[in-house]
Amino acid sequence: MSPKTTPPEGLVSPERRKALETAARTVVGVGVAGVLVGAHQRSAEAMPAEAIRPPGAIGDERRFLSACVRCGLCVSACPWHTLKLADAGETVVAGTPYFVARKVPCEMCDDIPCVKACPTGALDHSLVDIGKAKMGTAVLVDEEHCLNFLGLRCDVCYRDCPVIDKAITLELESNPRTRKHAIFRPTVHSEFCTGCGKCEKSCVLEEAAIKVLPVRLARGAPGAHYRLGWEEYRKHQGPLVEGIEDLPDRAPGDVTPPSGVPDAPPIIDPTKKGGWKP
Amino acid sequence: MTALDASSRRNRATRLAERDAKKPFRGFWDRHRFLILRRLVQTGVFALFLSGPLIGVKIAEGTIASSMTFGVLPLTDPLILLQSFAAGHRPEGLAILGGLIVAAFYGLVSGRAYCAWVCPIDPVTDLAHWTREKLGLKAKGFQPRPQTRLYVLVMILVVSFATGTIAWELVNPITHAFRAVVFGATSGLVFVAAVFLFDLFVARRGWCSHLCPVGAFYGLLGSRAYLRVSAAGRAGCDHCMDCYAVCPEPQVISPALEGAAKGLSPVILDRDCTTCGRCIDVCSTSVFRFTHRLDTSETPAPAATRSNSTGDTP
Repeated sequence: MSPKTTPPEGLVSPERRKALETAARTVVGVGVAGVLVGAHQRSAEAMPAEAIRPPGAIGDERRFLSACVRCGLCVSACPWHTLKLADAGETVVAGTPYFVARKVPCEMCDDIPCVKACPTGALDHSLVDIGKAKMGTAVLVDEEHCLNFLGLRCDVCYRDCPVIDKAITLELESNPRTRKHAIFRPTVHSEFCTGCGKCEKSCVLEEAAIKVLPVRLARGAPGAHYRLGWEEYRKHQGPLVEGIEDLPDRAPGDVTPPSGVPDAPPIIDPTKKGGWKP
Repeated sequence: MTALDASSRRNRATRLAERDAKKPFRGFWDRHRFLILRRLVQTGVFALFLSGPLIGVKIAEGTIASSMTFGVLPLTDPLILLQSFAAGHRPEGLAILGGLIVAAFYGLVSGRAYCAWVCPIDPVTDLAHWTREKLGLKAKGFQPRPQTRLYVLVMILVVSFATGTIAWELVNPITHAFRAVVFGATSGLVFVAAVFLFDLFVARRGWCSHLCPVGAFYGLLGSRAYLRVSAAGRAGCDHCMDCYAVCPEPQVISPALEGAAKGLSPVILDRDCTTCGRCIDVCSTSVFRFTHRLDTSETPAPAATRSNSTGDTP
């Protein structure tokens, strides 16, 4: 500001006032636009559970969106046309890659071309063994309709699983309906499940009874402090805290301590206690 | 006042007609060559990406956000990388290399050549401007200052930082257009349509010349770039104002065109110049030419034109 335009004390010269007003208008206008973009961004971060990110997608959704430049190179690289680029207006952030297992599952290519194609590291290049991918975790969400749970031998999800006998096993138990047959219960082991979605794709039901969910929805997690007493007991060859070898049993009603079977749950007599009855 | 305006306009029209009659004939190609070349380059960029899906010859893959050409040349938009940095991600080598190549090219050649020669939104806003003229929409409408785009540029970096995501890609009509053409994600074209309507009805040359943060970024990038337009023949200027009318950033012309008296260089050094070359196309006295920023040479005015322009007021 030149000395000529210096206003009398306590006043602002008209030129300076005008310049300040223009600047303020611009800042406020652009600021409002920025808040709108930010708010839209936040609302766009909630991914629908059906949408699965490609193998190696880093971190949580927020972290992925900081890295993915939405170029589509992974989509072009996918030989099975599994990956799609989200369009504007979809619930997945526009331009980012995803797939829907029930439509086209991941074929788990050995050379993982989608990860190789990613220029930014939004798909983690340290993933070289597709068996280590964690796109999601399969969950048998509907035992009431799963044919195997009904006592039939469908087994399709198990047979179609690329990590058969590891990611999905068939666990035998007796069928209480017929009392003479077995139930072959499809059981997912999250340690080996890559979330490729072939089980969900192959489920013969009209609506799949087994679904791949994002890991955050599929799995529980104990608190970091949580310890399993029997494992600690085994590790330490004894109780962690000396003197507390066995806590008193605090079950409602009469408890008949199990005899002979070490891991069997206590038997609770339901007639002894009140509560909601159907 | 209006009567005087009308008469002076008639006088000017007569003068211009007289002037044009004396000038050498300039054909369609001479009057449109850089426009045509730009449209060819803009279409060519799409063709690089589409040759793979359409005729099975893979040239470039990805989109303008980040691409791989012939499997060896990585190119990444440096502004998107910058937002990714602001959002807290450290991109990997390939993206950084691609970003450096792009930044080096535009930094050395011409920053806003991106806008005029590559960006797919340029033909859209040019069409909006052309339609505006055809419809006789004289009012400039909402005219934010040209510097507003710098505020928008800062804003998208701040929003990227605050939300931890690449913020501008939600809106960016450039990448939406590419994803629509290359991947069929056509809903993103609503953003392109919005820019068209904004330029047509709300603000004359509103988007590219006032608001777009990508243009602001490439402008800053090319502040010291070498390819420039020079008003080397400014001595022969007859003040017909054709260049101002056609220029998307007319404020960049005057220092070079009218700065001879002040000792200013004839080279248009303003970073907002898009080096589109339309001034070269439309100038009937061949004032402008492409050159490099250090070439301050001037061509003397042809005698006939000079005498003709005597007494002419801009």
